[in-house]
Amino acid sequence: MADEEDDIILSELDDEELSEQMQDDLYDGLKEEIEEGVNIFLERGWAPYDILTKVLVKGMKTVGDDFRDGILFVPEVLLAANAMKAGMHILRPLLTETGAPKMGKMVVGTVKGDIHDIGKNLVGMMMEGAGFEVIDLGINTDVDQFLTAIEEHKPDILGMSALLTTTMTYMKVVIETLKEKGIRDELIVLVGGAPLNEEFGEAIGADAYCKDAAVAVETAKRLITQQA
Amino acid sequence: MNKLQKLLKEKGILLADGATGTNLIPMGLDSGQAPEAWNFDHVDRIQKLHQSFIDAGSDILVTNSFGGTARRLHLHDLHDRVVEINKAAAEIAGDLVAKSGREIVIAGSVGPTGDLLVPLGELTYEGAVEAFEEQMTGLKQGGADLAWIETMSSPEEIDAAIEAANNVGLDYVVTASFDTAGNTMMGLTPTAFAQQMAGKNPRPQAFGSNCGVGASDLLVAAIDMVANADGIPVVAKANAGIPKIAGDQVVYSGSPELMGDYAKLAMNLGVSIIGGCCGNSPAHVKAMADALRTHNGGDAPTADEIIEVLGPLVSPKSTKTSDRSSRRRRRG
Repeated sequence: MADEEDDIILSELDDEELSEQMQDDLYDGLKEEIEEGVNIFLERGWAPYDILTKVLVKGMKTVGDDFRDGILFVPEVLLAANAMKAGMHILRPLLTETGAPKMGKMVVGTVKGDIHDIGKNLVGMMMEGAGFEVIDLGINTDVDQFLTAIEEHKPDILGMSALLTTTMTYMKVVIETLKEKGIRDELIVLVGGAPLNEEFGEAIGADAYCKDAAVAVETAKRLITQQA
Repeated sequence: MNKLQKLLKEKGILLADGATGTNLIPMGLDSGQAPEAWNFDHVDRIQKLHQSFIDAGSDILVTNSFGGTARRLHLHDLHDRVVEINKAAAEIAGDLVAKSGREIVIAGSVGPTGDLLVPLGELTYEGAVEAFEEQMTGLKQGGADLAWIETMSSPEEIDAAIEAANNVGLDYVVTASFDTAGNTMMGLTPTAFAQQMAGKNPRPQAFGSNCGVGASDLLVAAIDMVANADGIPVVAKANAGIPKIAGDQVVYSGSPELMGDYAKLAMNLGVSIIGGCCGNSPAHVKAMADALRTHNGGDAPTADEIIEVLGPLVSPKSTKTSDRSSRRRRRG
């Protein structure tokens, strides 16, 4: 990078330029710049919800689109999501204080026997980036843990992830249990993971298979709007 | 000359085996259970699977040790038995090979740790080398001919596994999964992977691709790998189509006949080691064996010709460009 290119002083940019620069910095996964930018907007009196939706969510949308379209891959998206997370860390308490609207609530976990959480973590971060509240149950989540979390948090969406052919059928076990308990229809069930496909998701009784975190966000938004 | 090199010289093209995990499920492996535990609990079933591949004509047996690093075995409380589990995996295959009276390569399966390396995740490069070394020590003790490093996606993790193989003193093969728009999920392209392998010292015994999203995607990726292999044999171990669920069972969409066609196309492409990954039963491997035995070769297929025979790509290369229209000056 040439020296002059390092010379951007975020606080000297007007609102529009700063917003664009931050979306760009988000794309490049520049965490500290995102923190700085969020603080500048707060100092300028922007509502936390506007910073979230007009800057960060918009920026993550581009990242998500390029991930979905095979332009960006996991490393770049993880860095972007981490930068987003740093911004959210500042905004989250303020959003709660100001009673900002939420898109909905999601409980997400990698199923029993599976340790793979890269995709699941991305889903969590991107959903949060899109304005959802996310409760992450981590890896190796059995049906009882899913049920307990559903009872406690009353989510709109249940997300399940599996990366192994030897664990993907466990999603069906969870969905069948939800049916037995009579709570299947109260939830939007999204599933994902490398070995899955749309037909598989349908066959096990999920509402949708999401091929990546970007599609998960799009699908969640679509289905939650339909439900409302 | 090691066993793999000798066999390649004799036969030109080698037949690998089929799936482990998806073949163990109908034998009683419960969802979420560690297949590696069966190296103790159900030795007979692992033997049965290996024997069925030997009978189908496999020149290479991949051991039941894919998830055999401490990082993965931890979930099943087996992390204190890494060396023992991997040693047993190699011994089970080795005993059957000895009884077969044939020359068959015992390939010690080494899968990814499941963790992201620093700076994206918590696992350090040194930590990854250590985990792989422990696993490979067991595989070597059990008599594995080489480390079969598979289903990889991160170039750094591949480096770590190769360093471990070198430290332990095992020859190695590496295969990656190109399941995301023609790349691995970490963005590694088939060409860059081939170049990475050609730059290694010592070089891999072979490199290529396994698993991923289907036979078409895998062979299209193989075109670029063959073109950049610089003399290193290329491996193709494709899934038998994509998984579907029938009742409580997972079944794969690809028939043995389809995998026979896949084997012929792979041979025409210049792939030297041909086999199957998820969804490939012994019948699929047998179909590949028959196809390879009777096939006289042909012109290397183009991507379109591969798709015509094996079906459309599940995750094709991107043709789009970024909407990042307001691309501003990138900062330091």
